[in-house]
Amino acid sequence: MLRKIATPVLAVLIFLGLWEMLVWANGWPNYKMASPSDLPPAFWKYKELFLVMGWQTLWRTVVGLFLAVVVGTLIGMIIGFSKLARDALYPLLVGFNAIPKATLVPVISLIFIGQHDFNTILMAFMISFFPIAVSVGIGLSTLEPEYRDILRALGASRFTIFRKIALPKTLPEFFGALKVSATLAFIGTNLVEIVSPHGRGLGALFKSGETNGDYPLMFAVLIALAFLGIVLYYAVIFLERVFAGWADREGR
Amino acid sequence: MIRGETIENLIEIKGARHAYQTASGPLPVLDGLEVAVPAGTFAAVVGPSGCGKSTLTKLVAGLMKPDEGEVWLHGEPVTGPRKTVGMAFQNPVLLEWRTILENVILPLEIVAPKMSGKDRIARAMELLEMVGLSGFENKRPSELSGGMRQRASLCRSIVHKPEVLILDEPFGALDAFTREDLWQTMRDLRAAEPFTAVLITHDLRESVFLGDQVIVLSGRPARTQYVMDVDLPADRTLDVLFTKQAADMLHILRDQIKIAQGRDVEGQA
Repeated sequence: MLRKIATPVLAVLIFLGLWEMLVWANGWPNYKMASPSDLPPAFWKYKELFLVMGWQTLWRTVVGLFLAVVVGTLIGMIIGFSKLARDALYPLLVGFNAIPKATLVPVISLIFIGQHDFNTILMAFMISFFPIAVSVGIGLSTLEPEYRDILRALGASRFTIFRKIALPKTLPEFFGALKVSATLAFIGTNLVEIVSPHGRGLGALFKSGETNGDYPLMFAVLIALAFLGIVLYYAVIFLERVFAGWADREGR
Repeated sequence: MIRGETIENLIEIKGARHAYQTASGPLPVLDGLEVAVPAGTFAAVVGPSGCGKSTLTKLVAGLMKPDEGEVWLHGEPVTGPRKTVGMAFQNPVLLEWRTILENVILPLEIVAPKMSGKDRIARAMELLEMVGLSGFENKRPSELSGGMRQRASLCRSIVHKPEVLILDEPFGALDAFTREDLWQTMRDLRAAEPFTAVLITHDLRESVFLGDQVIVLSGRPARTQYVMDVDLPADRTLDVLFTKQAADMLHILRDQIKIAQGRDVEGQA
């Protein structure tokens, strides 16, 4: 247990040490590249802003991710169960996913003028539902027919088969996708916060750091974002342990 | 069953014909399939690869209907799936997120939703003990060997006391010794449980050891080519396979398979 925590902590410390040395060895000023030792003062100076903005970013990301889970799972079910839907929807989904989301920021800002919370959540959702939809779809469409037949031969309904077999069997794929989506959702939130600033979220704090030439603040925001990403990632890991722990064969 | 009484055929397939629709046109798989399995007996079905044996299991299970011909279970035409059928496959298809006990109970959740949890567990434990899996009920499938998983799969297929048990090569992926162990387990289950069974297999020794009759299907499209009554005692041991009687039966079956494969048989027409 101790080793499980110590190993990543040590890795982070080594990373910070190398970063500090890199800046020191090159003699870079902090407007070129801030060093880790610049960060604690920056955090301290704006500690209240970090808490407020960090919370803004976090809750909007989590709501967007939650929507992505609901909608992504629904789309996954549709393309997983129906070949027709799969053929029809895949090009649309792939095409939509291929659009750089930064280009959509002005579009949705115009459609929903002033709805900053909504716009941010929408972007977090749009950027993160795709992996979930695809993996749930693949999980369902590759279910071996025997799994269905053991219940189908007893006259079980499609819904019963889905609930007792298809859904739990797809959970490992689902959580694999959710880990990707959780980090993607942060990118969506920050895209809107940075490109279309409205004074809220870590993205806005980053933008104000840029405007004011406060480079340590900009780096501190990046580190705060990384930290939130890690927190959300481990929250997903926790849920995975609870709901799909059976798929983990570690130590067997 | 009293000797001399008219034996009711629990499973009956009459003149079944079927073709699958493929991209390159219809592919006939069954052409005049005749199967009659008396109640309480064990029918082994053998035939060349790809001759439609699995299609036969789907017909009996009510998972599909033949283009022509009839399938009867217990004097009624089969129109769809029914709760009185149990199935086991070559792949044990155990659910990884359930323990062995929970896996065995699964059909009861569908077939007998009102049965109490205690009764379900008692029934499952009874079967697990019969197949030698006592003490493994709380393990996950991934913690068991292939043979043990297949034993658990057999328990699941009969936990709801089905009238008809369909076995689609359940021992096909096991090594020779494990397979012989499972034949004996199957024989013991048969003595204790009331099912009528159809066993699909590629193993002639298995068909003679477990079957009351062996049905040889011709190559695709399959028709019933030959039916052999296996006149061996019900409580047979593996030793019976080394008797002259069994050797003669195996020889005849072997020749029939060659005919089914479309090859000449020496010394016969």
